[in-house]
Amino acid sequence: MSDPILATRNLKKSFGALIATDDVSIDLKAGEIHAIIGPNGAGKSTLINQICGGLRPDSGSVALLGCDISDYSTGARARAGLGRTFQISELAMEDSVLENAVLGAIGAGAGPWKFWKSALKTQGLTDRAEAALARVGLSDQRDMKVANLSHGQRRQLEVAVSLTLSPKAFIMDEPMAGLGAEGSKTMTGFLDGLRSEAPILLVEHDMDAVFALADRISVLVYGKIIATGRADEIRASKVVREAYLGDAA
Amino acid sequence: MSSILVIEQILNGLQFGVMLFLMAAGLTLIFGVMGLINLAHGSLYMIGAFAAAAVAGATGSFFLALVAALVAAAVAGAIVEMVVIRRLYNAAHLDQVLATFALILIFSEGTRWVFGSFPLFLDIPNALSGPVTLPGGIQYPLYRLTLIAIGLAVALGLWLLIERTRIGIQIRAGENDREMIGALGVDISKLYTLVFALGAALAGLAGALVGAIQSVQVGMGEPVLILAFVVIVIGGIGSIRGAFIGALLVGLTDTLGGVFLPEIFKLFMDSGAAQKSGSALASMSIYLLMGMVLIWRPTGLFGARA
Amino acid sequence: MRVKEKHVNALVIIGLIALPLFALISDEPFTITLATRAVILALAAVGLNIILGMGGLVSFGHALFFGIGGYTMGILAYHAQTYTTLDLGLFATGGTEFMPVIWVVAMVVSAVLAYLIGLLVLRTSGVYFIMITLAFAQMFYYFAISWAQYGGEDGLSIYVRNDFPGLNTLVPIQFFCICFVILCLVLFLKARLQNSPFGLALNAMRQTATRVETVGLNPMKLKLLAFVISGAITGLAGALFADLNRFVSPTMFSWQLSGELIVLIIIGGVGRLMGPVIGACIFVALEHFLSGLTEFWHIYLGLILLGIVLFARGGVIGLLTGKEGAHV
Repeated sequence: MSDPILATRNLKKSFGALIATDDVSIDLKAGEIHAIIGPNGAGKSTLINQICGGLRPDSGSVALLGCDISDYSTGARARAGLGRTFQISELAMEDSVLENAVLGAIGAGAGPWKFWKSALKTQGLTDRAEAALARVGLSDQRDMKVANLSHGQRRQLEVAVSLTLSPKAFIMDEPMAGLGAEGSKTMTGFLDGLRSEAPILLVEHDMDAVFALADRISVLVYGKIIATGRADEIRASKVVREAYLGDAA
Repeated sequence: MSSILVIEQILNGLQFGVMLFLMAAGLTLIFGVMGLINLAHGSLYMIGAFAAAAVAGATGSFFLALVAALVAAAVAGAIVEMVVIRRLYNAAHLDQVLATFALILIFSEGTRWVFGSFPLFLDIPNALSGPVTLPGGIQYPLYRLTLIAIGLAVALGLWLLIERTRIGIQIRAGENDREMIGALGVDISKLYTLVFALGAALAGLAGALVGAIQSVQVGMGEPVLILAFVVIVIGGIGSIRGAFIGALLVGLTDTLGGVFLPEIFKLFMDSGAAQKSGSALASMSIYLLMGMVLIWRPTGLFGARA
Repeated sequence: MRVKEKHVNALVIIGLIALPLFALISDEPFTITLATRAVILALAAVGLNIILGMGGLVSFGHALFFGIGGYTMGILAYHAQTYTTLDLGLFATGGTEFMPVIWVVAMVVSAVLAYLIGLLVLRTSGVYFIMITLAFAQMFYYFAISWAQYGGEDGLSIYVRNDFPGLNTLVPIQFFCICFVILCLVLFLKARLQNSPFGLALNAMRQTATRVETVGLNPMKLKLLAFVISGAITGLAGALFADLNRFVSPTMFSWQLSGELIVLIIIGGVGRLMGPVIGACIFVALEHFLSGLTEFWHIYLGLILLGIVLFARGGVIGLLTGKEGAHV
């Protein structure tokens, strides 16, 4: 077994009496999609925030490519190779699709300390941005304002911006949310191909997509991982059934 | 330096602090409940002072003057809330700053129009003039002592209002969740007008009380407003308790700094230079205090964690 | 009628050249001085607009940098004119009356101060930021008042305008040209900055700091640099303003001035390249004509402002072009 690309060790986080993350250790291996599922309020978003740097865990650590990134800021984690997409789109709504993708290219490339040449006329930046837009199928919308995009197109743009970073690992928070049947199918197909480029830690509510895509699934309940395994193992697991359906099941 | 002087200065600082609290309480309440930054709060302070000076001039009664200050500021506040402020609750901070800046211009120039550019004077009532002797033989002006008492009484009253009354519950609910109190059947726009008028009345009261020891003139409100901002930044925006602690801190720092910093500087400088650098630093001392608090806690002493 | 924004811009620049020329021909030097005042205030507001329009941070204390620029000029020129030394501890200087040097020093001092103050104030945002910037400016205001060596509350008069090689700066039109060229230069640089990777990142930061962080950028550093550039430009404007009046006083630090700089931007339209310029022209014109009509012209200014905030959100450019609150 190869070393994991991304690993958390004994992450703990509580808010007052509420334990949001309880000793969570998960890993993400090269080439896989590792899905995290769990009922609402199980602590999925809290976990992702600790991995990406938005929240500090009370204890425990996060490692990327064997390097401890627990003390890194969100920005430093992104530079180290974490590519994140958000459950609720975090995009510059007044800017064009291309500008949002170019922002990613700026982050991935030479950084923002260039003051003279127009960003949209810098070929290194636009090439990278347009390539990412083409992959998610947004090339035709490149000059549209994000505010005028459909919900599904914004989800695609979220993914495109993370693609411009060429990350070592993707962290995706509900990329299918609100996409509709057709959109989900396209996104599923896209993520399926993406895993060979970099592994994906996928938080998702769409169970069809999860069971179709995930190499491994972890079930998070009340901040605790209660089971990890292949799709068929999770389906058959008694603990998982109990957690989801109650003791009666 | 005698201990009498020190105690005197501490009392001066307290007096300044509780008056700042009257201003800061309204500001922080308005921000906490309505999310509005109100630059025109200093104008309400000025309106209180002018109303008091005018009524005292006409009737000779200080008590009536205070009533006039409260009523005038509260009415002005309620009108402003209903005509202008109401449209700004959901607006960007920038729009709030501009609109209330515009209100300052209108109020200041309007007051100048009505009362002229010369300062008015509001006399301390006879019953409260002159010094009293405190335990320890300290002579202290009775009026200033009364201001401290009034300030503390208002602080206590506000605390009771917010913690113990129905309106207080609604105000606290409004700070936490605006939709919820609407859903519970509270008339939000009435509540907002009421809170605004209450804040205005406190500012007007402060204006009238301070007007009797300083002159009543156009532009008197803004320096106090800016100090009140410093107070609520230190205390944490939206927190009445923070406003109280912040006001006392600022009042004491300002007063004691102005007196003692030059003295301290004299220990290692010649007297003239010490007076200069000491007083320069004293005028900056409350901002230094604010800076230190912010380095320690960016959202103030009692502010919500960001 | 809808007009294109660039046509409005061109018209303003042409107007700003034509008016002083016309005043020169008809021998009305006061009009030239008014135009110079508008140009300098515009420059100050262009500076403010970098942090306010692009960065989305409402600095209510930019008079601080305006005053710092003014006092830098005042102090350097005072020592040069009185042949006294300015002892700065590390080194001493005789001051200078040479404008380019004064400008550079004003910008450097403003930039350094902006950096130091920025480290503190940029930790906050929203209303805190508004109040703290206001408080910092007020701190300098009181400091200037108590600084007796340079005039204290009364301010400091500089009897002769400073020198610029090859020009007689005391001739109004020549001083106007200096200011106008500087404004055009700064506008040009601002336009480059706006479209550069830095401008794009700053612009995105205003809308979503989270996104900017997630692509690996540091919002604090972006804001800090924007604040420094912003302060330096406003400081330069302050030095020119002091030279225009041949006088500096604590009022250059006053909160009213900070408010007026914001007002200029809003009148013209936030986040637009020429917004501050149009705003400054309208403001100076209003100030001139309204104050001629009534002593209480601030009431009308207040009413106009209220009208703009409540009914005309895109400023004057927005009204003319029919686009609200556009961000360039």
